[in-house]
Amino acid sequence: MRSSLIRVLALVFALGACAPQAAQQPQPQPQPAPPAATDEFVPISQLPAQDQLPAAPLLVTAYAFVWVALFGYLLSVGRRLTKVQREVDRLESDIARGPRT
Amino acid sequence: MPKWFLPLAGVNAVMFAAAPFLIARADYESTMGLVQKIFYFHMPSASMFLLSAVVCGIASARFLFGGSPRQDRLAHSAAELAVLFGAITLVTGPLWARKAWGVWWAWDVRLTSSLMGWMVAWAYLLVRKYGGPGSDKLAAGLALFGMANVPFVYISVNYWRTIHPKTSVVPTLPADMGTALWFSFACFLLLFTLLLRVRVHLEEQRAKVDTLYLSLDE
Repeated sequence: MRSSLIRVLALVFALGACAPQAAQQPQPQPQPAPPAATDEFVPISQLPAQDQLPAAPLLVTAYAFVWVALFGYLLSVGRRLTKVQREVDRLESDIARGPRT
Repeated sequence: MPKWFLPLAGVNAVMFAAAPFLIARADYESTMGLVQKIFYFHMPSASMFLLSAVVCGIASARFLFGGSPRQDRLAHSAAELAVLFGAITLVTGPLWARKAWGVWWAWDVRLTSSLMGWMVAWAYLLVRKYGGPGSDKLAAGLALFGMANVPFVYISVNYWRTIHPKTSVVPTLPADMGTALWFSFACFLLLFTLLLRVRVHLEEQRAKVDTLYLSLDE
């Protein structure tokens, strides 16, 4: 009789010690439902800000191209003009020296 | 080079330095926003592209029917400027379109006819460079087709369905947008005049080299 009373008390004590740990275990979270299939597209008048193409790089590229093209062309004409001017000067000095032998 | 060339080149440089300030001060367009500011260099360069094609065509016609080498030199110089300003137009346009239309290019009449005009200008230069004897008259014939394309390019937006802005956009511009545009236009027109003059001078010097070689051989 006495030994069975001790067993019951030990069991109650053990359950009491485990109860707080059992209470701290995370509860299983409910799984989110998968997204439903799209039935229709909803129009909006403007793109969300994160989806919009930035204009500044396009603008900078356009103006940079204009400057590069114009300067490149000026350099090209200047180089060609210098070359042909040298040839004119050389030929004029050849003619001034006299006819070829 | 004439005396007016260097002072006008200085004025043009100052004008090009001032143009970005006017463009920055102009209002934003309501639907296109910042990217619409490409317009202030795109439209003047497109105008100079068409003007070059017209100058090249008229000079070529006068060369074909009159035989003047001076007109041939003018046509050759204008064809090179048509390639330059056409390239600026065909690069700045798609950069604007990418944001405004969502695509780089659309095969509508304005864009396609502009591309054709640019390719005719390239064809003119390639025929002149690699065509051999007689290529000057062959190229002059090409230039007539390049000039015939110009009114087609201009009116295309008013007669065909297109996403390109119509010609009516320009006369209806508000004051500050109009000021920026016409100032840029003046910059490009003066630049066109100066470049054409210096390019013709290059052709004159080349003609002088040919004359000097002939006189050396005699």
